Amino acid sequence: MKLPEIDLCLIAPEIIVAAFGFFVLLVDVFFSKRENKAYLGWISLVGIFFAGALAVTQAGSVKSGFEGMFISDGYALFFRITFLIIAFLTVLISMGYTQREGIAFGEYYALILFATLGMMLMAAGTHLVIIFLGLETMSISIYILAGMMREDKRSVEAALKYFLLGAFATGFLLYGIALIYGATGSLYLKDVASYIASKNLLRNPMLLMSLVFLTIGFGFKIASVPFHMWTPDVYEGAPTSITAFMATGVKAAGFSALVRVFFSALPGFRPDWTSIMWLIAVATMTVGNIVAISQSNIKRMLAYSSIAHAGYILVAFVAGNDLGVSGILFYLMAYAFMNIGAFTCVILLGKKGEENTLIRDYAGIGFKYPLLSAAMTIFLLSMAGIPPLGGFMAKFYVFSAAVKEKFYWLAILGVLNSAVSVYYYLRVTVLMYFREPEREITGLQFSPAAVAALVLAVIGTLYMGIFPSNVLSFAQKSIAGLM
Amino acid sequence: MWVVPAIPPALFLVLSGILFTIGVIGALTRRNAIVVFMCIELMLNSVNLSFITFSRFLRSMDGVLFAFFVIAVAAAEAAVGLAIFVMLYRSRETINVDEINLLKW
Repeated sequence: MKLPEIDLCLIAPEIIVAAFGFFVLLVDVFFSKRENKAYLGWISLVGIFFAGALAVTQAGSVKSGFEGMFISDGYALFFRITFLIIAFLTVLISMGYTQREGIAFGEYYALILFATLGMMLMAAGTHLVIIFLGLETMSISIYILAGMMREDKRSVEAALKYFLLGAFATGFLLYGIALIYGATGSLYLKDVASYIASKNLLRNPMLLMSLVFLTIGFGFKIASVPFHMWTPDVYEGAPTSITAFMATGVKAAGFSALVRVFFSALPGFRPDWTSIMWLIAVATMTVGNIVAISQSNIKRMLAYSSIAHAGYILVAFVAGNDLGVSGILFYLMAYAFMNIGAFTCVILLGKKGEENTLIRDYAGIGFKYPLLSAAMTIFLLSMAGIPPLGGFMAKFYVFSAAVKEKFYWLAILGVLNSAVSVYYYLRVTVLMYFREPEREITGLQFSPAAVAALVLAVIGTLYMGIFPSNVLSFAQKSIAGLM
Repeated sequence: MWVVPAIPPALFLVLSGILFTIGVIGALTRRNAIVVFMCIELMLNSVNLSFITFSRFLRSMDGVLFAFFVIAVAAAEAAVGLAIFVMLYRSRETINVDEINLLKW
């Protein structure tokens, strides 16, 4: 019997992330008396940085390993870097926030690292078992993180809702995988695609059912309508740093697996999924934007805006050409910077026992905290899609991909939606600069790490808006070999 | 001697589909969080039944392997889920999902 070849270099970034997760847990046990847990955050940052450096050294080579279950290609590289950036920024904003809110537990950072590990596996898996395990590693860590504020009833409620609906969605995803396995006899994405092509199974009812189930399963993770009901509740209740992590990381991971599975395993079903996804994309954009207008809580408003952004990304998914798929990658990276940045502002504007998450709390802060408000304005304008910011270029690529594939209505509806979204993003900006404060917000403590994250997010948003071609050409190189 | 006649694999798949449907309906209609979670477990286990049927039918071990992974993941999920229910009961003294409604617009 021949043992399968094991190439550990291939998963070196994943190993580093996992090892640092365990290391953080271990260090926490030995220094459990220490009140300030920020040093665990610094350890995590070192781990994330190392993993990123290792991932970059693998750039340019396409290597498959573990019997073809795992691939380290450009696509995996792009997503690894995106997830590591997201984790890096999340840890930075968490250090002050967890201390302030009394949730500075050692396992907090370890769980962020484990969730990142799951995301990285989802993007690099070419076998449905790996993708499923990555998804669950991520989800289970995040169920716990969402309920980290044990004393806060809203946080517990968020954890419950996310857990029940997440597990429910997992059931659908699994049934979809089981039907694919039954119809094709394989769990390898490439083998599934070649079997379907060779036997001409395009009208096989089992595979059509599995397409529906996979759409439901992934639809929950990326928060697309009609599977979005949990999003506002969970985003509002969870600790703000975790909300930022969920809105960017989980969404990016969901899209990475969705694109990989649909484009490499089920490319023959393109006409079938295009019509479903067209409807879902339009519904997601419209519901997200319309409901966001009437929100009074900024975390909830950002939750609905994140639903709308999932809709824009689905527009590129429907287009499905090279520009579309690289547009998805570009969008997710740009969204990571601007959304984490916006949540960082939300965190910095709060203090212990006084979260200040109502939109009217933002009245008049423009002159009191000029730099914070300027940063918040940049992120909101970027999300609204105003040039020269990252969000504008992301939307530009997404909609031009749709136009290129002659989905004119989709592009028009997307642009109209984007115009609607300007209203609620600008409302916050107008409140900040042109209204008198309703009450004084004083005694804010700006943690240096969170300010560093804010600066990085501003730089990222501006860079992706002003020099988009660098990131776009990286994204275009990344998707070679995917389709 | 009495011999058990071979059961056609299609019947197992039908059973799995019925169990899955019961799980979905239960998860959507029941109000006790633990019962909802049990219905979700039923969904996962009906999928396991499908995997094992396909595995036997296709003479490949992949499906059996997948079923083991699903069992392991379901156990991890149950541990986290029950912890969340305990935490919820401590703060609210109820695990009825209809009464968990602080967050809404």
